[in-house]
Formats: sequence, C-alpha cells, structure tokens
Amino acid sequence: MAKQKNRLGFWLSIGSALAGFVLFQILISGGILNPFYVNAIYTIAINIILAVSLHLIIGITGQFSIGHAGFLAVGAYASAIFSMNLQLPFGLALLAGGLAAAVAGLIIGIPTLRLRGDYLAIATLGFGEIVRIMLLNMDYVGGASGMQVSNLTTWPWIFGCLLLTIIVIRNFTNSTHGRACISIREDETAADAMGINTTYYKVVAFVIGSFFAGIAGGLFAHNFYIIQPSNFGFLKSFDILIFVVLGGLGSMSGAVIAAILLTIVSTFLQDYPETRMIIYSLVLIVMMLYRPQGVMGTKEITSFFKKQKPAQGGQTDEKHNTPA
Amino acid sequence: MEYIQQLINGISLGSIYALIALGYTMVYGIVKLINFAHGDVFMVGAFVGFYSITVLKLPFFPALILAMTVCALFGMMIERIAYKPLRNATRIAALITAIGVSLFIEYGMIYVRGAQPEAYPGTVLPKETIELFGLSVSSQSLFILGISVLLMILLQFIVHRTKIGKAMRAVSHDAEAAKLMGINVDNTISATFAIGSALAGAAGVIFGVYYIKIEPLMGIIPGLKAFVAAVLGGIGIIPGAMVGGLVLGVIESLVSAMGFSLWRDGVAFIVLILILIFRPSGLFGKNMREKV
Repeated sequence: MAKQKNRLGFWLSIGSALAGFVLFQILISGGILNPFYVNAIYTIAINIILAVSLHLIIGITGQFSIGHAGFLAVGAYASAIFSMNLQLPFGLALLAGGLAAAVAGLIIGIPTLRLRGDYLAIATLGFGEIVRIMLLNMDYVGGASGMQVSNLTTWPWIFGCLLLTIIVIRNFTNSTHGRACISIREDETAADAMGINTTYYKVVAFVIGSFFAGIAGGLFAHNFYIIQPSNFGFLKSFDILIFVVLGGLGSMSGAVIAAILLTIVSTFLQDYPETRMIIYSLVLIVMMLYRPQGVMGTKEITSFFKKQKPAQGGQTDEKHNTPA
Repeated sequence: MEYIQQLINGISLGSIYALIALGYTMVYGIVKLINFAHGDVFMVGAFVGFYSITVLKLPFFPALILAMTVCALFGMMIERIAYKPLRNATRIAALITAIGVSLFIEYGMIYVRGAQPEAYPGTVLPKETIELFGLSVSSQSLFILGISVLLMILLQFIVHRTKIGKAMRAVSHDAEAAKLMGINVDNTISATFAIGSALAGAAGVIFGVYYIKIEPLMGIIPGLKAFVAAVLGGIGIIPGAMVGGLVLGVIESLVSAMGFSLWRDGVAFIVLILILIFRPSGLFGKNMREKV
C-alpha cells in the first residue's frame, strides 16, 4: 500500500515537473517573458542544481565544504574547452564538464576528507582559490581576460539537467548509500564503529556533488558569452553555501526553495550589490543565532502534506544534529 | 644577492602575517572557532590608522595605538554580539556565523564609504635606503620588523607573566575546570578577542604604511594567509603562529623571486593542504604543546 502511494507520488511529481517545463517552454518560446526574466529563470535553475549538489555534501553527509565554486569553475572551463576548442556537441561537453569536476572532487576528496569540521572547510576554501589562480595563469583558457563561449544553454537542457540532478540525489539519499551518509552526518565515530566505511561514503557523496556542480558549471558557461576566473571566487561558494544553510541543513526541498527565493532577491538587487551582501550576511547571522538548523530543518516539503511521517532518510528526526 | 634581498622582504611580509596569525591562534586556542572576521578587523585597523593620520593629523605611533584600541573594542563587540550566544552551539553554526560577520563588516564598510581604494600617506615613517653588506634594506621594513617583534614580546609577557594571561591559558586548557576555580570565563574570552584584535589592528596600520593601498576587501587574502600561518605553526600555539607567519612570508617571497609571482596567492593554500595532509598538528604541534 505504502509502496503504491510512493509510486503515485513519484509519477505525480514527474507529471507536475513536466507540466512546469511545458508552461515555461511556452512562455519562453512564445516571447511572453522578456530576456531579463528568461535569464533569471535560467539562473534560478542553475542555482538549484548547485544548491542540491552542495546539499548532498553538507546536508546529507555533513562534510562542511566551502569550495563549491571551484567545482563549478572546473565544470565551466572543461565544458567550454570541449565545446569550443574540440567542437564536441553540447550534451557531450556538459557531460565532460561534469566528469572533469567529478575527477577534481575525487582528487581533492581523498586526502582532504580525512579532515574534520573547520579544517575541511578551510582546505576546501583553499582548493577553490587554487583552481581560480590556476585558471588565472593558464593562457590556454585566456587567463584573467577569460574565455569566449557560445551561447548554447537552452531551457530544455537546463530543465533536463535539473530534473536529473534532483532525481539522482533524491534516490541516492533514500538508498543504502544515502543512509550510510546520513549516519556519518549524525555521528561519524558511531557510524565507523557500526562498520560503515566512512571514507568511502564521504568520497562518493563528494564526487557526486562535484559532478553535478560541474554540470551546472557547463550550463553556466554556455549561458554567457564569456567566462572569467573572477566569476568563481569564494563569494560564489558562499552564495551556494547560503542556499543550503538558509533552506535547512539536510533538507533538499529547503535548498531548492532557498535557491529560488534568494536568486529572485539578488536579481532585483543587482544594481545594489553591497546591499545584497549586507542582507545575506545579516540573514546568515540571525539565522544561526535563532534557528541554526535552517528554515526547513531536515524536513522535506512533502512531509507537510502527510499526516504520519514515514521513516525516510533525511527526515527522521526534527532535531538536527550536525557533527562537531 | 637577489635571493637574500627577497628573504628580507619575506621576513617583513611574514611579520605582518605573524601579527594577524597571533589573533587567530589565540582565539582558536580558547574558543575553538576560526574567526573569519579577523581579517576584517585587520582592515578596520588599517582604515582607522589611515583616518587618524590624514584627518586627525596624528603622527605614526599615536595613530597605531588608536587603531589598536579601536580594534580591541571592535573585536570584543563582535564576540559579545555574534559569538557569545553560540558558545554551546555546533561548530558549523559558529563557523557560518563567522562567515556572516566577515561579509557584514566588508560590505558594511563598502556601504559606508564606498569601495574605492585609499592611498596611505607615505611620509609617516622615514623612507631611506640603508646599505648593509651590499644589500639595500629600506628603513620602513626594519621599522615594521621592529614593531612586530616588540608587539610579540609584549604578547609573550602578557600571556606568561600576568594574571589575565594565566587565566587565558587556564581557560584554553579546560574551560569548565577554570570556571570551577573561580576564573571569569566570559571576561577572559573577551580579553583574548581584545588582544588578538589589537594585534590585527596594528598589522593593518603597518600593512597600509608598507603597501600604501588599502581598500574594504583587503582583509580577505591576508586573513586567510594568516590562518594558514597559524595552522602551519600549529594552531593554538603562540610561538607557532610567529614562526608560521615568517615561514609563509619567506616562502611567498622566494616563489616571487623564482619568477612565479602570479602563483603567490596559490602557494599559501598549497602549503595549507600539504600541512593538513602530512602534519595536521602543525610544525610545533607535538613537542611544544603549549596553548593559550
């Protein structure tokens, strides 16, 4: 019975997602939305992919990584190289961007994931900066002046990647692997004692998260005519971090909602960047002082529609314990 | 000769890192928090120094002391408002708050006075070149080195010879036990923030005089590098922060001397990752386990 319900819910959400896709496709190709709004929608979708991919690393696995812009940069530049210099079709270039970011995640993850808490945070922050400086010094990708990219990102591509990201990360969270990751988040030592290979699961989550960040990077790069290393500084990492923290550490729908709301806010505050950053920072401080688990906690939006919460990954407990 | 010249530059730069790193290391030693806002206290110090020299027409040393005082109060204020309510919260919540405070100070500063950089008056310190064994050393870098060494000796004195220093060492060792022994933990933590921030403020003024250009976002990179220096020396250990700062400054200057000046900022982070992988407790981590 419960299984049937779950399946119904799955098809319901796929159906409503497709309906949303068709609606926006008509709005965009019918010319009803002006380019400003179309671009805002693209940015929202890319930010959702980024937020959800970081949510897997921070919210589910509890690894505090603040170098996500580094993976975004790797994906953006790799896919730009594949599509511009090697003339591959866009889909393959996107995949290549994702894979390049996943390899970067693997290389960075294996040594640094032995670190805990703030040390991991600082090491990933350093990694993001190293990527930026490397790009700045590589003449092949244009150095500081950046790299020209043709505008290939379209709504079907963005939507397809968004849907894929959400389905993969949702299913991963609810699988055995995802539960192992959640147990690491709740208490790494206890998870280790219960026979969970913590290093393996942390690296897997890190690699999946960076893969989707790389895909987002590919979409991001091909949404503009030029990409520059300065697009990928740690302020970008903080932007993504704020989506995850504000939405709720451990709630995917929270991350999605926060990404949508904050992108809308920052689109309208584009002309006042310092006001935007002041609002962001105040939100972060006040949030941590009064509701450190974020708006949604570890709850998902679907749990508001159910009378009895089924015991599912990521929404077992109202109290959210982040590892020390 | 070129390399020795760079070595001297590296030591001057390193002593600035060391001054900032001391604040990181003291705060980390006592509340186990990476105070991201520390680099921005450094920036505030540079601006207070700038305005007291240009607007209040103060000479260098009074300006330095004024900047240190303002930064000490500022650091205490940050601790009381943002960090104290979170003392029993998770480490990640505290770290996110620290990031928030850092962004707030940076963009608050831009909001108040704009993002345009400011040029420090170059006349506050005598600018002469001293010839020494065929090397030319600017009097400014000797001044900087002298002030840094003086401040570090003063800090060692405070930590090891005064009552508040003893309290700081006790709280960092075991806050609960210190509380039972009648030490006012809150005041001790405030004092730690005040001393660390005062050192950062001094570093800001020195940085401004030496590098001339100051701007609201100037604290980010030196702040991160100073943190690297603190980790390099073993976080929580005062002599470690000094040595870490000097080593990092020298490494950076040598990298520039070898012709990789564009990679200078990256080197600090590569050093950080290598240290964290191979010797997470830092250079002084094992044999000199002395915390503040």
